[in-house]
Amino acid sequence: MENIYLTLALSPLIGSLIVGLAGNRLGRTLSHTITILGVAVSTVLALYVFNHHVLEGGDVFNENLYTWMQIGSLNISVGFLVDNLTSVMLVIVSFVSLMVHIYTIGYMVDDDGYTKFFSYISLFTFAMFMLVMSNNFMQLFFGWEAVGLVSYLLIGFWHGKESAVEANLKAFLVNRVGDFGFLLGIALLLAFFGTLDYAETFALADQVNGQTIFGDMSVITVICLLLFVGAMGKSAQVPLHVWLPGSMEGPTPISALIHAATMVTAGIFMVSRMSPIFELSDVALTVVMVIGAITALFMGLLGIVQNDIKRVVAYSTLSQLGYMTVALGVSAYSVAIFHLMTHAFFKALLFLAAGSVIVAMHHEQDIRKMGGLRKKMPITYITSLVGTLALIGFPGFAGFFSKDMIIEAVHFSNLPFAEWVYYAVVAGVFITALYSFRMFFLVFHGKSRVDRHTEEHLHETTSSITAPLIMLAIPSAVIGYFTIEPMLFTGWLDNAITINSETHGAVAALKEHFHSAFALITHSVMTLPFWMMVGGIGTAWLFSLYRTQWADAIQKRFRRTNYVLESLYGFDRFNEIVFVRGSRKLGDLLWRISDMAIIDQFVVNGSARFARFVGSVIRPVQTGYLYHYAFFMIIGLMLVLTWVLVSGDNPLIRLGS
Amino acid sequence: MDSLLNILIWLPVLGGGLVIAIGNKRSDIAKWVAVAIAVAVFALSLTLWTGFDTSTSDMQFVLDLPWIEQFNIRYHIGIDGISMPLIILTTFSTILVIVAGWEVIQNRPADYMAAFLMMEGVIIGVFSSMDAILFYVFWEASLIPMLLIIGIWGGQNRVYAAVKFFLYTFLGSVFLLVSLIYMYTIQGDGASFSLAVLNDLPLTLTEQSWIFWAFFLAFAVKVPMFPVHTWLPDAHVQAPTGGSVILAAIMLKMGGYGFFRFSLPITPDASSEFATVVIVLSLIAIVYIGFVALVQKDMKKLIAYSSISHMGFVTLGVFSLFSIVEMGTDGNIIGSLEGVYLGLEGAMIQMISHGFISAAMFLVVGVLYDRLHSRDISTYGGVINSMPKFTGFAVLFAMANAGLPGTSGFVGEFMVILSALQANFWYAFLAATTLIIGAAYTLWMVKRVFWGPVTNSAVSTLSDINNREFFILAILAVAVIVMGVYPQPVVEVMHASVVNLLEQALTTKLPVTL
Repeated sequence: MENIYLTLALSPLIGSLIVGLAGNRLGRTLSHTITILGVAVSTVLALYVFNHHVLEGGDVFNENLYTWMQIGSLNISVGFLVDNLTSVMLVIVSFVSLMVHIYTIGYMVDDDGYTKFFSYISLFTFAMFMLVMSNNFMQLFFGWEAVGLVSYLLIGFWHGKESAVEANLKAFLVNRVGDFGFLLGIALLLAFFGTLDYAETFALADQVNGQTIFGDMSVITVICLLLFVGAMGKSAQVPLHVWLPGSMEGPTPISALIHAATMVTAGIFMVSRMSPIFELSDVALTVVMVIGAITALFMGLLGIVQNDIKRVVAYSTLSQLGYMTVALGVSAYSVAIFHLMTHAFFKALLFLAAGSVIVAMHHEQDIRKMGGLRKKMPITYITSLVGTLALIGFPGFAGFFSKDMIIEAVHFSNLPFAEWVYYAVVAGVFITALYSFRMFFLVFHGKSRVDRHTEEHLHETTSSITAPLIMLAIPSAVIGYFTIEPMLFTGWLDNAITINSETHGAVAALKEHFHSAFALITHSVMTLPFWMMVGGIGTAWLFSLYRTQWADAIQKRFRRTNYVLESLYGFDRFNEIVFVRGSRKLGDLLWRISDMAIIDQFVVNGSARFARFVGSVIRPVQTGYLYHYAFFMIIGLMLVLTWVLVSGDNPLIRLGS
Repeated sequence: MDSLLNILIWLPVLGGGLVIAIGNKRSDIAKWVAVAIAVAVFALSLTLWTGFDTSTSDMQFVLDLPWIEQFNIRYHIGIDGISMPLIILTTFSTILVIVAGWEVIQNRPADYMAAFLMMEGVIIGVFSSMDAILFYVFWEASLIPMLLIIGIWGGQNRVYAAVKFFLYTFLGSVFLLVSLIYMYTIQGDGASFSLAVLNDLPLTLTEQSWIFWAFFLAFAVKVPMFPVHTWLPDAHVQAPTGGSVILAAIMLKMGGYGFFRFSLPITPDASSEFATVVIVLSLIAIVYIGFVALVQKDMKKLIAYSSISHMGFVTLGVFSLFSIVEMGTDGNIIGSLEGVYLGLEGAMIQMISHGFISAAMFLVVGVLYDRLHSRDISTYGGVINSMPKFTGFAVLFAMANAGLPGTSGFVGEFMVILSALQANFWYAFLAATTLIIGAAYTLWMVKRVFWGPVTNSAVSTLSDINNREFFILAILAVAVIVMGVYPQPVVEVMHASVVNLLEQALTTKLPVTL
């Protein structure tokens, strides 16, 4: 099996390197063929691995490939841990990546950086594989930052755009804030566990549990919180969410692949992987749950006032990541992964559909300038509808099952604040339906607001764009129905996830109440979330189709609320003033006052004698005789050496002996 | 085999003489001779690696000859796992600077190459000396070629920078000499300057404290540590590209090496006593200097400050050890050995990695400077549009400078942070801020220089790197990535010596009190 895993991980890297180094010579067709082939190989192997581990119950694979570093008895290796959780992630990552690769052929057709783009997204796929297949924290951190690197390169892909290169810098730095916590978490873990290997760590968890740091803080709690800071950066949880909307400056295929389906879910994956230690800290789990709820609710609200098609989807992504985080907090790790999977399909679909619209609209992204596209773009329309229904959790569609399970899990949780969080996630359903259908109606329904020139050329996009839409629409519609039972209740993820079911009984309670996927659908009309969703759709219809002027009236009437939403709660401004300008100011002060004024002028040059001394040395050399000075020094040294050589036992003469 | 090190020291020095003799007028020949010598020395230095026995901490490739017999000063050279990687770094970097100066240096090209060759020999001497006076002679001698390089081939304000460099480092090392002589005089009959003897020399805490601070002055200036760092930005800004490369890649390492070779073994009790002071200064270097780097407008100054910040990890990694472990009464070390090894070996790795990355960063600036004769960030903007290949390298090195995993820049910082946390959580906390600050100053510079729209017509006429430049940057890129992906061979080489060093650092020299 080791060779299969290795091939799976490396084939996108090889494709990326070939195209990255020789893309110009290979040409476009060969470049995209090579990279797509690489990812296709991975996809096939991922399915094989999935079959082997999940369906056939193959043994967990946990082996080191090579020793990265051996320090005394501490071994830090590069290696793979492949269990059911990894297998599921591999399928998601490789499948979405393959779809995005194919889609890119059509989307980037006019771009000069065509081959480079393929090289980057293949490199990303490799980095993501390394992240999910890692069996230790060092490699996890490698994958973690490597996906961040590619994200940086791709957000700034159109490097001529000032906004793009500002967004990628911001994305990298905000992620680094998360990584700062993450690295400290890893370091603290090493200090107390003495290993960076997952399996060894988990085996020692009970032993470390109970130890304290900073007085009486539980070490496990501190470690979990620090690791979660990393997850907050990567999975864009408040207040480290600020980079994700900016990442929309990148080309749309990567918004789908990196900033919706895969990289941003790395934090969710990581916490699930660490379930044996997170389970030991209710404090950490509560923090995780509350942060997730805040993100789910408040980022969703922002989606309502956005007018850029990609930004609406971006805020929706933030909100959905919040849902997944809530699930982690209530120890429903498998539910989080389940939502991660359904979300990967329908959100990739929504982004790619948005991209299809953008291409058709000649790179117009303002939904106020669209409308009535359904007749011109039937495939995009239908697939978008599927994606939107999946997103809002319409009964039967993929997102319905995963979101419903999250809400129910919160309902069964005993953590403090769980009740509040429950209201937040239920309210979130209304908001999700509202912003999703607002966008859907504004883009595809109603009267066309497209300018006449664009209107004339408006037509369905090319097949390399629509084919991936269809391929993604299928799982967005049905995958929830078919996988809910095995994934949550009959053990697909059991060998990867640890739940302390005595105190964290949410999943056990879900299992008790679960009869069948079909029963969930029929039962749904009697639940609160269903009617919240219907209400959301109705409200969206009311304001964006039936009485559009009402929306403006409300915005005027509630000007303050609207201002708060449109200024994105002021996070960006706060960061700009406090962190960006603040640190420049601080740097400037330190440099001018401490470095140049105090140390250099006062201590070094300011001491009068020293200054005179410098002056007296400089004066003659300023006339150009420095060379002579040094020459004499060398001559002097040579003379001394010669004397030594001649007088003593000569080392040079001994050269040959 | 005994004479291999001797050849490594004197071949480049004499070769430098040969290059001068060929002369500036026949510079074509002189350049090729210089390159040939540099490559030969590098190839020979690799045999140090291949012939190295990693299982022992004993000195290897030893040559021990009497030199100045009336003072029992010996020409005693040899290497262990701490000095050997630094020697190879030296021979490697020398090739790069000689090739990098190929067409760029028009003024006295032969002398320029010769200066670097001579410096190479002298620095190898520093890293292989086992006699303190021999060390001191090489140490001071290394100043001369660097002084010349800055003073002759430097920028506008070169003389001020050269003299500041010289005085700073010279004044620092005078105290080193004084303390060496002191230790010689207290020995009585058969006194020796041999490092092995000094390592075993019993010293009271008062004596150790004076000696420790004397050493500290010499080495801290070289590293450079806060607050004796202000010579470095000036020296870098004025030095020609090659000078900056050698300065950053190798000369700074002489300071770090000094802490390993002198401070820890000779003054272990004082090192333990004052470790916290050194750690605080290191953390100031990492954090404070990071902020200072952020606001620099001159690319070379920015990288110079970045160097100071990165070198803070070296001293942090070394001196954390006293907070992690202690010597038990039964002679067994109490505490996390792995934590200490991570710190010490991380410090070494950080030095080597910084050698690659700072060299690369200065060469990157050099490539731009050769074209537009400006180091100001504001001169550039959108360089990627006219120099895409070059930008690829620049971004890679910038990422390495920001400590991206998969590059060598990550390895040392990672190890030192892991180690520092075992000393004190807040050491690691402050050190880890480099993840944010380091990325901020490096990538903000990248953004302003390389990304964005083309800002002026001069940038749009830039020609991408030629084959020679490509070759240099590609070699460094390979080095940076290989060491990031597979650092084990380097770690393995130094491990036995580090174990031995730890033993020395923890063994008290104080008279036993009953």
